[in-house]
Amino acid sequence: MTDILILMFSAVLIENYVFSKFLGICPFLGVSDKPSTALGMGLAVTFVMTISSAVTYGVYYLVLEPLKIEYLETIAFILIIAALVQLIEMFLRKFVPALYSALGIYLPLITTNCAVLGAAMLNIQEGHNFIESVIYGFSSAVGFTLAIVIFAGVRDRMRMSNPPKAFRGIPIALVAAGLIAMAFSGFMGISFS
Amino acid sequence: MAGKKISAQFKEGILTNNPVFVQLLGMCSTLAITTTVTNALGMGLSVTAVLICSNILISALRKIIPNQIRIASYIVIISGFVTVVEMLMKAYTPELSKSLGLFIPLIVVNCIILARAEAFASKNAVLPSIIDGVAMGIGYTVALILLAFIRELFGSGTLLGYSVFGDSYQPVSMLVSPAGAFITLGFIIAAVQKILLRKKDRDFRKQHESGDGSDD
Repeated sequence: MTDILILMFSAVLIENYVFSKFLGICPFLGVSDKPSTALGMGLAVTFVMTISSAVTYGVYYLVLEPLKIEYLETIAFILIIAALVQLIEMFLRKFVPALYSALGIYLPLITTNCAVLGAAMLNIQEGHNFIESVIYGFSSAVGFTLAIVIFAGVRDRMRMSNPPKAFRGIPIALVAAGLIAMAFSGFMGISFS
Repeated sequence: MAGKKISAQFKEGILTNNPVFVQLLGMCSTLAITTTVTNALGMGLSVTAVLICSNILISALRKIIPNQIRIASYIVIISGFVTVVEMLMKAYTPELSKSLGLFIPLIVVNCIILARAEAFASKNAVLPSIIDGVAMGIGYTVALILLAFIRELFGSGTLLGYSVFGDSYQPVSMLVSPAGAFITLGFIIAAVQKILLRKKDRDFRKQHESGDGSDD
Protein backbone atom coordinates (compact mmCIF):
# COMPACT_ATOMS: atom_id res chain seq x y z
CA MET A 1 0.00 0.00 0.00
CA THR A 2 2.75 2.45 0.92
CA ASP A 3 4.48 1.52 -2.34
CA ILE A 4 1.41 2.58 -4.28
CA LEU A 5 1.19 5.86 -2.35
CA ILE A 6 4.85 6.60 -2.96
CA LEU A 7 4.37 5.80 -6.65
CA MET A 8 1.42 8.19 -6.83
CA PHE A 9 3.14 10.96 -4.92
CA SER A 10 6.29 10.79 -7.00
CA ALA A 11 4.38 10.62 -10.28
CA VAL A 12 2.29 13.69 -9.44
CA LEU A 13 4.88 15.94 -7.81
CA ILE A 14 8.44 14.70 -7.81
CA GLU A 15 8.61 13.43 -11.37
CA ASN A 16 5.97 15.70 -12.77
CA TYR A 17 5.52 14.91 -16.44
CA VAL A 18 5.69 18.49 -17.63
CA PHE A 19 8.23 20.03 -15.31
CA SER A 20 10.74 17.27 -14.84
CA LYS A 21 10.19 14.67 -17.56
CA PHE A 22 9.23 17.07 -20.39
CA LEU A 23 6.38 14.93 -21.66
CA GLY A 24 3.26 16.54 -23.08
CA ILE A 25 4.77 19.97 -23.67
CA CYS A 26 2.83 20.58 -26.90
CA PRO A 27 -0.65 20.59 -25.31
CA PHE A 28 0.91 22.25 -22.26
CA LEU A 29 1.83 25.27 -24.37
CA GLY A 30 -1.02 24.98 -26.84
CA VAL A 31 -4.15 24.59 -24.70
CA SER A 32 -3.24 26.62 -21.64
CA ASP A 33 -4.84 29.93 -22.52
CA LYS A 34 -7.70 29.62 -20.06
CA PRO A 35 -7.92 27.57 -16.86
CA SER A 36 -11.23 26.05 -17.99
CA THR A 37 -9.88 24.68 -21.29
CA ALA A 38 -6.73 23.55 -19.50
CA LEU A 39 -8.84 21.59 -17.04
CA GLY A 40 -10.80 20.01 -19.90
CA MET A 41 -7.61 18.92 -21.62
CA GLY A 42 -6.22 17.61 -18.35
CA LEU A 43 -9.31 15.53 -17.64
CA ALA A 44 -9.34 14.12 -21.17
CA VAL A 45 -5.67 13.15 -20.87
CA THR A 46 -6.30 11.55 -17.47
CA PHE A 47 -9.15 9.52 -18.88
CA VAL A 48 -7.21 8.26 -21.91
CA MET A 49 -3.93 7.70 -20.08
CA THR A 50 -5.48 5.54 -17.37
CA ILE A 51 -7.22 3.32 -19.90
CA SER A 52 -4.29 3.19 -22.31
CA SER A 53 -1.88 2.20 -19.52
CA ALA A 54 -4.08 -0.79 -18.77
CA VAL A 55 -4.56 -1.80 -22.41
CA THR A 56 -0.93 -1.42 -23.47
CA TYR A 57 0.13 -3.46 -20.44
CA GLY A 58 -2.18 -6.27 -21.52
CA VAL A 59 -1.06 -6.16 -25.13
CA TYR A 60 2.62 -6.16 -24.25
CA TYR A 61 2.53 -9.09 -21.86
CA LEU A 62 -0.18 -11.15 -23.58
CA VAL A 63 0.66 -10.58 -27.23
CA LEU A 64 4.06 -9.02 -27.89
CA GLU A 65 6.09 -10.94 -25.33
CA PRO A 66 4.77 -14.46 -26.04
CA LEU A 67 5.32 -13.89 -29.77
CA LYS A 68 8.80 -12.43 -29.11
CA ILE A 69 8.09 -9.28 -31.11
CA GLU A 70 8.83 -6.76 -28.38
CA TYR A 71 10.67 -4.60 -30.89
CA LEU A 72 7.31 -3.71 -32.41
CA GLU A 73 6.43 -1.96 -29.13
CA THR A 74 6.50 1.54 -30.62
CA ILE A 75 4.27 0.74 -33.60
CA ALA A 76 1.87 -1.38 -31.56
CA PHE A 77 1.47 1.18 -28.79
CA ILE A 78 0.88 4.17 -31.01
CA LEU A 79 -1.74 2.25 -32.99
CA ILE A 80 -3.43 1.07 -29.80
CA ILE A 81 -3.54 4.60 -28.46
CA ALA A 82 -4.89 6.00 -31.73
CA ALA A 83 -7.58 3.32 -31.91
CA LEU A 84 -8.39 3.71 -28.24
CA VAL A 85 -8.88 7.44 -28.56
CA GLN A 86 -11.29 6.85 -31.45
CA LEU A 87 -13.19 4.22 -29.48
CA ILE A 88 -13.43 6.38 -26.38
CA GLU A 89 -14.67 9.24 -28.51
CA MET A 90 -17.39 7.10 -30.12
CA PHE A 91 -18.36 5.52 -26.80
CA LEU A 92 -18.67 8.86 -25.06
CA ARG A 93 -20.65 10.39 -27.90
CA LYS A 94 -23.16 7.54 -27.79
CA PHE A 95 -23.47 6.82 -24.08
CA VAL A 96 -22.20 9.80 -22.06
CA PRO A 97 -23.04 12.86 -24.16
CA ALA A 98 -22.48 15.25 -21.25
CA LEU A 99 -18.89 14.12 -20.81
CA TYR A 100 -18.43 14.08 -24.59
CA SER A 101 -19.47 17.69 -24.95
CA ALA A 102 -16.98 18.63 -22.23
CA LEU A 103 -13.99 16.62 -23.47
CA GLY A 104 -14.88 15.99 -27.12
CA ILE A 105 -12.73 18.60 -28.79
CA TYR A 106 -9.62 17.61 -26.83
CA LEU A 107 -9.81 13.89 -27.53
CA PRO A 108 -8.42 13.83 -31.11
CA LEU A 109 -5.43 15.90 -29.98
CA ILE A 110 -4.44 13.29 -27.45
CA THR A 111 -3.22 10.74 -30.01
CA THR A 112 -0.08 12.76 -30.58
CA ASN A 113 0.39 13.66 -26.93
CA CYS A 114 3.73 12.16 -26.03
CA ALA A 115 2.71 11.83 -22.38
CA VAL A 116 0.32 8.99 -23.26
CA LEU A 117 2.85 7.01 -25.27
CA GLY A 118 5.55 7.90 -22.75
CA ALA A 119 3.55 6.52 -19.83
CA ALA A 120 2.85 3.29 -21.73
CA MET A 121 6.54 2.78 -22.46
CA LEU A 122 7.75 3.78 -19.01
CA ASN A 123 5.40 1.20 -17.49
CA ILE A 124 7.15 -1.52 -19.48
CA GLN A 125 10.63 -0.09 -18.86
CA GLU A 126 10.15 0.17 -15.10
CA GLY A 127 8.59 -3.28 -14.92
CA HIS A 128 5.41 -2.14 -13.22
CA ASN A 129 2.76 -4.80 -12.63
CA PHE A 130 -0.81 -4.30 -13.80
CA ILE A 131 -2.09 -2.35 -10.78
CA GLU A 132 1.05 -0.22 -10.67
CA SER A 133 0.74 0.53 -14.40
CA VAL A 134 -2.80 1.78 -14.05
CA ILE A 135 -1.97 3.82 -10.95
CA TYR A 136 1.13 5.21 -12.62
CA GLY A 137 -0.79 6.21 -15.75
CA PHE A 138 -3.51 7.82 -13.68
CA SER A 139 -1.27 9.75 -11.30
CA SER A 140 1.11 10.94 -14.03
CA ALA A 141 -1.91 12.33 -15.82
CA VAL A 142 -3.06 14.01 -12.61
CA GLY A 143 0.40 15.58 -12.41
CA PHE A 144 0.00 16.77 -16.00
CA THR A 145 -3.42 18.24 -15.18
CA LEU A 146 -2.02 20.01 -12.13
CA ALA A 147 0.79 21.51 -14.19
CA ILE A 148 -1.39 22.68 -17.07
CA VAL A 149 -4.03 24.22 -14.78
CA ILE A 150 -1.44 26.11 -12.70
CA PHE A 151 0.22 27.31 -15.88
CA ALA A 152 -3.09 28.43 -17.38
CA GLY A 153 -3.75 30.47 -14.24
CA VAL A 154 -0.37 32.15 -14.57
CA ARG A 155 -0.94 32.87 -18.27
CA ASP A 156 -4.34 34.32 -17.47
CA ARG A 157 -2.65 36.86 -15.23
CA MET A 158 0.11 37.47 -17.72
CA ARG A 159 -2.33 38.76 -20.30
CA MET A 160 -2.68 41.89 -18.18
CA SER A 161 1.06 42.52 -18.12
CA ASN A 162 3.06 44.34 -20.74
CA PRO A 163 6.29 42.52 -21.64
CA PRO A 164 8.73 43.80 -24.29
CA LYS A 165 7.51 43.25 -27.85
CA ALA A 166 9.92 40.41 -28.61
CA PHE A 167 8.83 38.50 -25.50
CA ARG A 168 5.13 38.63 -26.24
CA GLY A 169 3.34 35.31 -26.56
CA ILE A 170 5.35 32.14 -26.25
CA PRO A 171 8.74 33.44 -24.96
CA ILE A 172 7.29 34.98 -21.81
CA ALA A 173 5.13 31.90 -21.33
CA LEU A 174 8.23 29.71 -21.48
CA VAL A 175 10.03 31.88 -18.93
CA ALA A 176 6.99 31.62 -16.65
CA ALA A 177 6.98 27.85 -17.13
CA GLY A 178 10.65 27.86 -16.16
CA LEU A 179 9.84 29.65 -12.91
CA ILE A 180 7.09 27.13 -12.11
CA ALA A 181 9.51 24.32 -12.92
CA MET A 182 11.93 25.84 -10.43
CA ALA A 183 9.21 25.72 -7.78
CA PHE A 184 8.47 22.10 -8.66
CA SER A 185 12.13 21.17 -8.43
CA GLY A 186 11.79 21.87 -4.72
CA PHE A 187 9.93 18.57 -4.51
CA MET A 188 12.92 16.74 -5.90
CA GLY A 189 14.89 17.78 -2.87
CA ILE A 190 17.77 18.65 -5.15
CA SER A 191 19.87 21.73 -4.66
CA PHE A 192 21.14 23.93 -7.46
CA SER A 193 24.77 23.32 -6.65
CA MET B 1 15.04 29.10 -60.85
CA ALA B 2 15.16 25.68 -59.26
CA GLY B 3 18.23 26.67 -57.31
CA LYS B 4 16.50 29.74 -55.98
CA LYS B 5 13.54 27.69 -54.85
CA ILE B 6 15.77 25.24 -53.01
CA SER B 7 17.61 28.04 -51.21
CA ALA B 8 14.23 29.53 -50.28
CA GLN B 9 13.18 26.19 -48.82
CA PHE B 10 16.37 26.03 -46.77
CA LYS B 11 15.99 29.58 -45.53
CA GLU B 12 12.45 28.80 -44.49
CA GLY B 13 13.48 25.64 -42.65
CA ILE B 14 16.41 27.16 -40.82
CA LEU B 15 15.24 30.68 -39.99
CA THR B 16 11.91 32.13 -41.06
CA ASN B 17 9.89 28.97 -40.46
CA ASN B 18 12.21 27.13 -38.07
CA PRO B 19 10.33 24.13 -36.68
CA VAL B 20 11.37 24.82 -33.08
CA PHE B 21 11.75 28.59 -32.79
CA VAL B 22 8.89 29.70 -35.03
CA GLN B 23 6.49 26.78 -35.49
CA LEU B 24 7.00 25.61 -31.87
CA LEU B 25 6.85 21.94 -32.85
CA GLY B 26 8.60 19.08 -31.11
CA MET B 27 9.04 20.90 -27.84
CA CYS B 28 9.28 17.82 -25.61
CA SER B 29 12.47 16.44 -27.07
CA THR B 30 13.86 19.94 -27.57
CA LEU B 31 13.62 20.76 -23.89
CA ALA B 32 14.47 17.33 -22.54
CA ILE B 33 17.63 16.26 -24.31
CA THR B 34 19.49 19.53 -24.84
CA THR B 35 21.65 19.19 -21.75
CA THR B 36 24.68 18.32 -23.89
CA VAL B 37 25.64 19.10 -27.47
CA THR B 38 26.31 15.42 -28.17
CA ASN B 39 22.74 14.50 -27.27
CA ALA B 40 21.39 17.38 -29.34
CA LEU B 41 23.39 16.29 -32.38
CA GLY B 42 22.28 12.67 -32.01
CA MET B 43 18.65 13.60 -31.58
CA GLY B 44 18.75 16.12 -34.43
CA LEU B 45 20.26 13.60 -36.84
CA SER B 46 17.81 10.84 -35.88
CA VAL B 47 14.83 13.14 -36.38
CA THR B 48 16.27 14.34 -39.70
CA ALA B 49 16.73 10.75 -40.88
CA VAL B 50 13.18 9.79 -39.94
CA LEU B 51 11.82 13.00 -41.45
CA ILE B 52 13.54 12.48 -44.80
CA CYS B 53 12.56 8.80 -45.05
CA SER B 54 8.94 9.37 -44.07
CA ASN B 55 8.68 12.37 -46.41
CA ILE B 56 9.94 10.24 -49.31
CA LEU B 57 7.56 7.36 -48.65
CA ILE B 58 4.55 9.52 -47.91
CA SER B 59 4.96 11.69 -50.98
CA ALA B 60 5.50 8.58 -53.13
CA LEU B 61 2.31 7.05 -51.76
CA ARG B 62 0.29 10.26 -51.68
CA LYS B 63 -2.02 9.19 -54.52
CA ILE B 64 -2.58 5.71 -53.08
CA ILE B 65 -3.36 6.54 -49.45
CA PRO B 66 -7.10 7.19 -49.07
CA ASN B 67 -7.87 10.58 -47.64
CA GLN B 68 -9.93 9.35 -44.67
CA ILE B 69 -7.22 7.19 -43.13
CA ARG B 70 -4.23 9.30 -44.10
CA ILE B 71 -3.22 10.29 -40.57
CA ALA B 72 -3.28 6.69 -39.38
CA SER B 73 -1.21 5.62 -42.41
CA TYR B 74 1.32 8.40 -41.75
CA ILE B 75 1.68 7.29 -38.15
CA VAL B 76 2.34 3.70 -39.19
CA ILE B 77 4.95 4.78 -41.74
CA ILE B 78 6.64 7.11 -39.26
CA SER B 79 6.68 4.58 -36.43
CA GLY B 80 8.17 2.00 -38.78
CA PHE B 81 11.11 4.28 -39.53
CA VAL B 82 11.45 5.25 -35.88
CA THR B 83 11.72 1.59 -34.92
CA VAL B 84 14.48 1.14 -37.51
CA VAL B 85 16.39 4.16 -36.17
CA GLU B 86 15.89 2.97 -32.60
CA MET B 87 17.30 -0.48 -33.32
CA LEU B 88 20.23 0.94 -35.29
CA MET B 89 21.11 3.29 -32.45
CA LYS B 90 20.89 0.52 -29.88
CA ALA B 91 23.29 -1.55 -31.98
CA TYR B 92 25.85 1.06 -33.01
CA THR B 93 25.68 3.93 -30.51
CA PRO B 94 24.54 2.26 -27.28
CA GLU B 95 25.69 5.12 -25.05
CA LEU B 96 23.85 7.79 -27.01
CA SER B 97 20.80 5.56 -27.15
CA LYS B 98 20.91 5.21 -23.38
CA SER B 99 21.23 8.94 -22.72
CA LEU B 100 18.40 9.82 -25.13
CA GLY B 101 16.34 7.00 -23.63
CA LEU B 102 12.62 7.32 -24.02
CA PHE B 103 12.88 10.20 -26.45
CA ILE B 104 13.96 8.05 -29.41
CA PRO B 105 10.71 6.05 -29.57
CA LEU B 106 8.89 9.28 -28.82
CA ILE B 107 10.05 10.66 -32.20
CA VAL B 108 6.84 8.97 -33.40
CA VAL B 109 4.76 11.61 -31.69
CA ASN B 110 7.15 14.44 -32.53
CA CYS B 111 4.76 16.85 -34.19
CA ILE B 112 7.40 18.07 -36.69
CA ILE B 113 7.31 14.85 -38.67
CA LEU B 114 3.54 14.51 -38.79
CA ALA B 115 3.18 18.22 -39.53
CA ARG B 116 5.57 18.06 -42.49
CA ALA B 117 3.87 14.91 -43.77
CA GLU B 118 0.48 16.57 -43.64
CA ALA B 119 1.51 20.04 -44.77
CA PHE B 120 4.13 19.25 -47.37
CA ALA B 121 4.84 15.63 -48.35
CA SER B 122 1.20 14.77 -48.94
CA LYS B 123 0.88 17.55 -51.50
CA ASN B 124 4.23 17.59 -53.28
CA ALA B 125 6.37 15.34 -55.47
CA VAL B 126 9.18 13.21 -54.06
CA LEU B 127 12.11 15.51 -54.83
CA PRO B 128 10.80 18.69 -53.19
CA SER B 129 9.70 16.54 -50.24
CA ILE B 130 13.26 15.27 -49.78
CA ILE B 131 14.54 18.84 -49.81
CA ASP B 132 11.84 19.87 -47.37
CA GLY B 133 12.85 17.00 -45.07
CA VAL B 134 16.52 18.01 -45.23
CA ALA B 135 15.76 21.70 -44.66
CA MET B 136 13.39 21.17 -41.75
CA GLY B 137 15.70 18.54 -40.28
CA ILE B 138 18.64 20.93 -40.40
CA GLY B 139 16.48 23.67 -38.89
CA TYR B 140 15.54 21.36 -36.04
CA THR B 141 19.13 20.20 -35.51
CA VAL B 142 20.46 23.77 -35.56
CA ALA B 143 17.85 24.79 -32.98
CA LEU B 144 18.73 21.86 -30.71
CA ILE B 145 22.46 22.51 -30.99
CA LEU B 146 22.07 26.22 -30.25
CA LEU B 147 20.05 25.48 -27.13
CA ALA B 148 22.37 22.68 -26.03
CA PHE B 149 25.45 24.82 -26.71
CA ILE B 150 24.26 27.51 -24.30
CA ARG B 151 23.10 25.02 -21.68
CA GLU B 152 26.18 22.82 -21.79
CA LEU B 153 28.73 25.62 -22.05
CA PHE B 154 27.42 27.67 -19.13
CA GLY B 155 25.57 24.95 -17.26
CA SER B 156 28.40 22.49 -16.92
CA GLY B 157 31.34 24.40 -18.39
CA THR B 158 32.03 21.78 -21.06
CA LEU B 159 31.50 21.34 -24.80
CA LEU B 160 31.12 17.88 -26.32
CA GLY B 161 32.38 16.58 -22.99
CA TYR B 162 35.61 18.61 -22.96
CA SER B 163 36.18 21.17 -20.25
CA VAL B 164 36.24 24.70 -21.66
CA PHE B 165 36.65 27.16 -18.82
CA GLY B 166 38.99 25.11 -16.66
CA ASP B 167 38.52 23.93 -13.09
CA SER B 168 38.00 27.34 -11.49
CA TYR B 169 34.71 27.85 -13.37
CA GLN B 170 31.64 27.61 -11.19
CA PRO B 171 28.96 26.12 -13.47
CA VAL B 172 25.49 27.69 -13.52
CA SER B 173 23.80 24.35 -12.88
CA MET B 174 20.36 25.97 -13.00
CA LEU B 175 20.75 25.92 -16.80
CA VAL B 176 21.02 22.14 -16.90
CA SER B 177 17.94 21.69 -14.72
CA PRO B 178 14.43 21.58 -16.28
CA ALA B 179 13.80 25.20 -15.27
CA GLY B 180 16.86 26.29 -17.23
CA ALA B 181 15.57 24.54 -20.34
CA PHE B 182 12.34 26.52 -20.34
CA ILE B 183 14.00 29.85 -19.60
CA THR B 184 16.83 29.49 -22.12
CA LEU B 185 14.40 28.47 -24.86
CA GLY B 186 12.19 31.45 -23.95
CA PHE B 187 15.09 33.84 -24.37
CA ILE B 188 16.20 32.30 -27.67
CA ILE B 189 12.68 32.49 -29.10
CA ALA B 190 12.46 36.11 -27.96
CA ALA B 191 15.70 36.84 -29.83
CA VAL B 192 14.40 35.13 -32.98
CA GLN B 193 11.13 37.08 -32.76
CA LYS B 194 13.13 40.28 -32.39
CA ILE B 195 15.13 39.48 -35.54
CA LEU B 196 12.01 38.56 -37.51
CA LEU B 197 10.18 41.67 -36.30
CA ARG B 198 13.05 43.91 -37.33
CA LYS B 199 13.23 42.21 -40.73
CA LYS B 200 9.50 42.69 -41.24
CA ASP B 201 9.88 46.32 -40.27
CA ARG B 202 12.70 46.83 -42.74
CA ASP B 203 10.84 45.07 -45.55
CA PHE B 204 7.80 47.21 -44.86
CA ARG B 205 9.82 50.40 -44.93
CA LYS B 206 11.65 49.37 -48.11
CA GLN B 207 8.36 48.63 -49.81
CA HIS B 208 7.08 52.01 -48.72
CA GLU B 209 10.15 53.86 -49.97
CA SER B 210 10.15 52.14 -53.37
CA GLY B 211 6.45 52.97 -53.64
CA ASP B 212 7.25 56.64 -53.03
CA GLY B 213 10.04 56.46 -55.60
CA SER B 214 7.71 55.28 -58.34
CA ASP B 215 5.31 58.11 -57.55
CA ASP B 216 8.02 60.67 -58.21
